Amino acid sequence: MSSLKLDVRLIDSARESARQIAEDTQKLIDIHTTVAVERTITRLLGVDGTDDVGTPLPNVVVENIKKAGGLGIGAAYFLVNAVLNTGLTTQEVAEKVSAGELDLTKLPAKPEEEIKDKAYELAVKMVERIRSNREKRDEYLNTIGEGRKPYLYVIVATGNIYEDVVQAQAAAKQGADVIAVIRTTGQSLLDYVPYGATTEGFGGTYATQENFRIMRKALDETSREVGRYIRLCNYCSGLCMPEIAAMGAMERLDVMLNDALYGILFRDINMQRTLVDQNFSRIINGFAGVIINTGEDNYLTTADAVEEAHTVLASQFINEQFALKAGIPEEQMGLGHAFEMDPGIENGFLMELAQAQMAREIFPKAPLKYMPPTKYMTGNIFKGHLQDALFNIISIWTNQGIQLLGMMTEALHTPFMADRALSIENARYIFNNMRSIGEEVEFKEGGMIQTRAAEVLEKAAALLEEIAEEGLFATLEQGKFAGVKRSRTGGKGLDGVTEKDAKYINPFIELMLNR
Amino acid sequence: MSSGLYSMNKREFDVAFDTKRVKPYGDTMNDGKVQLSFTLPIAADELAKEAAKLYAMKMGLEEPSVVHMADLGVGYSFFVIYGSCIHTIDITDIKVTKVESSVMSMTEVDEYIRKNIGRKLVVIGASTGTDAHTVGIDAIMNMKGYAGHYGLERYEMIEAHNLGSQVPNEEFIKKAVELNADALLVSQTVTQKNIHVQNMTNLIELLEAEGLRDRFIVACGGPRISHELAKELGYDAGFGAGTYAEDIASFICQVIKKPE
Repeated sequence: MSSLKLDVRLIDSARESARQIAEDTQKLIDIHTTVAVERTITRLLGVDGTDDVGTPLPNVVVENIKKAGGLGIGAAYFLVNAVLNTGLTTQEVAEKVSAGELDLTKLPAKPEEEIKDKAYELAVKMVERIRSNREKRDEYLNTIGEGRKPYLYVIVATGNIYEDVVQAQAAAKQGADVIAVIRTTGQSLLDYVPYGATTEGFGGTYATQENFRIMRKALDETSREVGRYIRLCNYCSGLCMPEIAAMGAMERLDVMLNDALYGILFRDINMQRTLVDQNFSRIINGFAGVIINTGEDNYLTTADAVEEAHTVLASQFINEQFALKAGIPEEQMGLGHAFEMDPGIENGFLMELAQAQMAREIFPKAPLKYMPPTKYMTGNIFKGHLQDALFNIISIWTNQGIQLLGMMTEALHTPFMADRALSIENARYIFNNMRSIGEEVEFKEGGMIQTRAAEVLEKAAALLEEIAEEGLFATLEQGKFAGVKRSRTGGKGLDGVTEKDAKYINPFIELMLNR
Repeated sequence: MSSGLYSMNKREFDVAFDTKRVKPYGDTMNDGKVQLSFTLPIAADELAKEAAKLYAMKMGLEEPSVVHMADLGVGYSFFVIYGSCIHTIDITDIKVTKVESSVMSMTEVDEYIRKNIGRKLVVIGASTGTDAHTVGIDAIMNMKGYAGHYGLERYEMIEAHNLGSQVPNEEFIKKAVELNADALLVSQTVTQKNIHVQNMTNLIELLEAEGLRDRFIVACGGPRISHELAKELGYDAGFGAGTYAEDIASFICQVIKKPE
């Protein structure tokens, strides 16, 4: 029963437009692959480590294939063909390629059927490892339990993974449910994933598989200690989107920032590259039981929160459809939105309440991720703490799934340990003190809140219809999201996109989608 | 516990305001009252509380009172402390470097450029280096502006180019030459371990190496930037928090007009 009395037919038609948009785009996704997708397959087939100058072996392998024009045939084909030819493991093959002793595309080609069978045989091992991680998470959730929703999500960002561990464990003890390790500034634009434990970073810590492992182990310890499973979050975006997903799946991360459009809009990554990459990364995340967080909360830091609110909803619909295409169930769709209105706006809180409730009603099963004000945070930490409190009120009122906690020192520095503690205290106080307000208070019929939600929905449905007609690419070119214009062939990473050959294989797509 | 807050002790200090001996103000002239908070990497207990108090005294606080202590887990503790600071400051002896231009409104700036320069000024801006945040540069440049202050794109006599975030310094300079820019605006929003200083220094070094430094007005802005720091790094101006497009536009057009 909708308390906003939203027009169900309008919701259906918006969803249908989004489905068409995703369907159209999926046609392009299906016939393409990228260097990042192929590096991911290489990793999932068991290749890890770096050469003596620090280049990750998955990059070495894919570069070897790409140089010879074989990217469209794919890394699985060549790696497995090399395994069949040499009797070595994939890791050994990669090491030989790196040493210049083996050229993947120059080996005699084994029959395609044989390659395919072997590829599936090797892939199943990794798929089973990821499945067992998923089961391990379920076991933790069933035995030690978890915090109540909205989960309290905080970031750590010291640059040093070992210092991050101290901050993360402290935050968990203070009451946090999700720990996100912010990545170092600029990592999203690296076309490789750094290797090993890292202690230097700016504004965050490198996402590496070893760092994932270190943090997961520390949080498992703390989970047992506090009697709540503490989820670990990282950032599956940028030029290595699917690789990060694979590493997260291998190390049992629980939450991943993973947006279909974010890289295009905010990192100027080529749209074809991002859309192809997001699809495979989401297939992995879906299979691994990872909750994805979409990035709509960022739209409004660029565009105006009052006038552009419908673009957030439109993008949520699109993200939902892309996620469904990648096999992500609604329960793992942490669609994002944000409280980014100028605090000086009269009744801004009411509009925000309307929008948060609207997202809740339109995506009833999704663990919506709600983000605090950032654009209007100032050095006035006392006011900032209050702004965060208003946002906490909306979150509990509208039953959000994941609450990214605002920090009063937002815009000043990456959070101090005490900043995080105060934010957690703020949220816990409000969540507890107002727990059932959403069940007790009804919205006035035809009042400001219902009207605002209806308006936003109507505009979103109209926008989606327009995009469905014109196509997603044209829409992005015109700057309809976040006021950012991007061209189809512009941005970073286009040279890593290619069409698939008839011989192309990626065993993981089938194994992970048909779980 | 927090007896200091409601202390009825007789005050034994001079309550006359003195520009040579200014102190923080709580509710009485020269009471020196300050509030501070910090974390100590030791467990929250009586020892920690005493440590926090003694630490505050070392910072120059008299009768510090620890009004709040919280356990942060992992053996760390958080404190809120009030006290009276013993230090004074002589404000007659302070020199401040500030941007020396008068601030005009958008229409006044346009009018000023029309009258005194007679052509459109080309301004390019970017969040340079690894900084991925565009909030700052967008607030200054985008049509819409920020908090009711229109951005440079809206100025009739300014041709504004916002290059976005994570623009390498080399690319930024290349674009400046290509567009024949009058002014370069560098935004640095989020920074850790002072990486913004390295990045900003690098831009000036590159400009100097290519003999281009004098060709452009180069200004920077961001929450951690002051005019003084900017001057030190070789910029023409620096703008901190609370800066709007008109502050920057006024500065640029007045500097450009000067040589004539």
